[in-house]
Amino acid sequence: MDTAIDYKDQEQQVTDDVVQVVAFQLGDEEYAVDILNVQEINRLLNVTRVPRSPDYIDGVVNLRGSIIPVINLHTKFNLNKNGEDEDTRIIVFQFEDVKAGIIVDKVSEVLHLHRSDIEETSKVYNSMDAEMIKGVAKVEDRLLILLDLQKLLGIDII
Amino acid sequence: MKMDMSQYLDVFLEESKDHLRNLNASLLNLEKNPRDNAGLNEIFRAAHTLKGMSSTMGFNDLADLTHHMENVLSDLKEGLLEANSYVVDTLFECVDRLQIIIDGIESGTRVDADNSELIMKLETIKSGNYEAAAVLENELPTIEPGESTSINDDNVFSFNEYDITVMKEALSNGYSILHFKIGIDPDCMMKAVRAFMVFKTLEEDGEIIKTNPSAQDLDEGKFDKEFDLVLLTRADVSNLADRINNVSEVKVMASKTLNLDALLTSGTSLRTENKSEVASSAATANDADNNKKAHKIKQTVRVDIDRLDNLMNLVGELVMHKGRLEQIGATHKVTDLNETIEQIDRISTDLQSVVMKVRMVPIEQVFNRFPRMVRDLAKELDKEVDFLIEGKETELDRTVIDEIGDPLVHLLRNALDHGLESSSERVAKGKPRQGNLILRARHEGNNVYIEVEDDGAGIDQDKVIGKALEKGLITAKEAENLTREESINLLFLPGFSTANNVTDVSGRGVGLDVVKTKIESLNGEINVDSRPGQGTMFRIKLPLTLAIIQALMVSVKDEIYAIPLTSVDETTMITKQDIKMIQSQEVIMLRGNVLPLFRLARLIDLPDDLTEDAEMYVVVVRKGDRQIGLVVDTLIGQQEIVIKALGKILAGISGIAGAIVAGDGNVRLILDITTLF
Repeated sequence: MDTAIDYKDQEQQVTDDVVQVVAFQLGDEEYAVDILNVQEINRLLNVTRVPRSPDYIDGVVNLRGSIIPVINLHTKFNLNKNGEDEDTRIIVFQFEDVKAGIIVDKVSEVLHLHRSDIEETSKVYNSMDAEMIKGVAKVEDRLLILLDLQKLLGIDII
Repeated sequence: MKMDMSQYLDVFLEESKDHLRNLNASLLNLEKNPRDNAGLNEIFRAAHTLKGMSSTMGFNDLADLTHHMENVLSDLKEGLLEANSYVVDTLFECVDRLQIIIDGIESGTRVDADNSELIMKLETIKSGNYEAAAVLENELPTIEPGESTSINDDNVFSFNEYDITVMKEALSNGYSILHFKIGIDPDCMMKAVRAFMVFKTLEEDGEIIKTNPSAQDLDEGKFDKEFDLVLLTRADVSNLADRINNVSEVKVMASKTLNLDALLTSGTSLRTENKSEVASSAATANDADNNKKAHKIKQTVRVDIDRLDNLMNLVGELVMHKGRLEQIGATHKVTDLNETIEQIDRISTDLQSVVMKVRMVPIEQVFNRFPRMVRDLAKELDKEVDFLIEGKETELDRTVIDEIGDPLVHLLRNALDHGLESSSERVAKGKPRQGNLILRARHEGNNVYIEVEDDGAGIDQDKVIGKALEKGLITAKEAENLTREESINLLFLPGFSTANNVTDVSGRGVGLDVVKTKIESLNGEINVDSRPGQGTMFRIKLPLTLAIIQALMVSVKDEIYAIPLTSVDETTMITKQDIKMIQSQEVIMLRGNVLPLFRLARLIDLPDDLTEDAEMYVVVVRKGDRQIGLVVDTLIGQQEIVIKALGKILAGISGIAGAIVAGDGNVRLILDITTLF
């Protein structure tokens, strides 16, 4: 009986205090997104440029028959471009019925973050892109920037 | 007893819509031939069935109204009333009301409609005749008095050992074993519901242990007008029979107490060994019987549209992967693969065409509502018109069907309002009093043509030009040089409307340009042919489907694009010397026509290093009635493509209509000629 209760307690803690995130690198900075929105992580696919699209959209890729736009956060956030290499990945995420991918330089790991470790944006970050950022998390000596995918995609959820 | 009917609601809605369509169509017919008894019977049947269905479902307002309609109809049938225009109009009004009520039920915003006014009208019509009372009995659903059926055939059921044990047990507990033969009104549209109600009634007082046909078939309505069942009960036979008879459209044809011993000794019913054989032979006999009746009715299944779209997507993907497989076979020169690839090719092509066919819907669906609309309009405008529909069985992709209705309404209204003259004018011109309006659909190659033709006054060219000048759509100078065709095409310009006074019917600010835009968004074309004094014909050309189209693949630098073939007029090759400049716009001469020339590279933000190549390829595309030359690097070829949407994030980019997944797995974009320039 005791074990069952323990288990339940743990579960409770996971949902309440801990968020699981996928951490990745863009340029010299480290970012993270909520794992619940991540559908899959792929090697870089052939990107087809879409003329007349916003400049932060690299193009579209074919993901098993669906056409998915690829967002380049380097352009969006004015980060150094490292160019493509072995570690370049596309993180495909889904939000409501919108699917999109972001190009990242390297996917680091999946982390459990305690909510208490996350600082709200306004305290640390103050720029044009601030609204796309949920907060900054401290993990040992690293700083992870938590992205707000919903804002990033410009999805209005009523 | 309260029953949950919600599971039957869909069926009810679908079927009542069918009946409403029938009612509309046969009422129109009745108006033309008031003495057509077969037509009257049709109307009566539709109204009657609707009444039965709606009272089953508990929609009393519907049932009440149809009941009163039926009264009038039955008098018409008996010849006690005459189908004059007042009567027909009232009936039409009733049908409209029924439509409103049913729409309300469907959208879930149903309120009990107040039909008292209409019912009064119907009553007055009916009371105009004092012999009416004599025919009142006719109103109740009667079941054809079948010859007094008796059950002498115990072979109807095949009992297995388990059944026998159950029956023995029941007998010893004081139950009796009853065999009922239940008849259902042959006009009944919801047999399954009736059977369900019979079951419900009987199961209050007993247990049904056997049915013929099987319970599942009964549930799905797969039976003719009668069925058999065996009930274990303590209740009285006549009491039960009465209660069954209380279910409307249902009647107990015969009932009897089964004698278990007789069953066992005769041995006919206990067929443990050869049961299946006998059963199957019985089934074949049954099938043969059913087949006779099924001949007339086409078997159909109603399928959720989303599922079809899903299937289409999957097939599209299969076709794409087939392409990849072909490429792998070619690059690696795997000869063993060839045969398999050919097989897959054949199968996927077949599959594709089957799925395409499944998505095809007869245009009837759209056309069906027009006779009524034309009739009402003609009445309103006080014009006499003979409306003819041809080729309503022509099939089109569902997506096109959904979109084509409004433009056609517009064209028909136009023809009635502006095209056809009033009867007096027609007589004065020496034309028959009645105007002709024809709506025609037909297949031709990969296209469907829909034509709206009238034999009215035709388009007045001068009036059109005058109007265009007045609205400042053209200059006086331009007006002088217009050909007849060109001037008629002015009709399609935005902001044009020829009706001098805006009527309720047409000319409400939305002009033919809206029709044209809609047709073009469906990858179609519209043109008009009009002879003064003789009439006008609008012809719409539509592709059979929108999901898979033919495209011309072209390349610029290292990018490949698809141009829908419907937008391509021709391809040609030019040299640099052919390019002339007019007001800093490049143009070329093509068989006497001057075409503006655009470089695709520049349009899609690629560097255009003006190559001094001696020759360059030009795709001549059509944007509206304008031809435009599009310079590309190479022409790759024609290809069948499956269109995919770009998704929310990239929606609305001008010049791009969608994307395809090419055989090599890469995404290619489809150019949208109408918004590219």
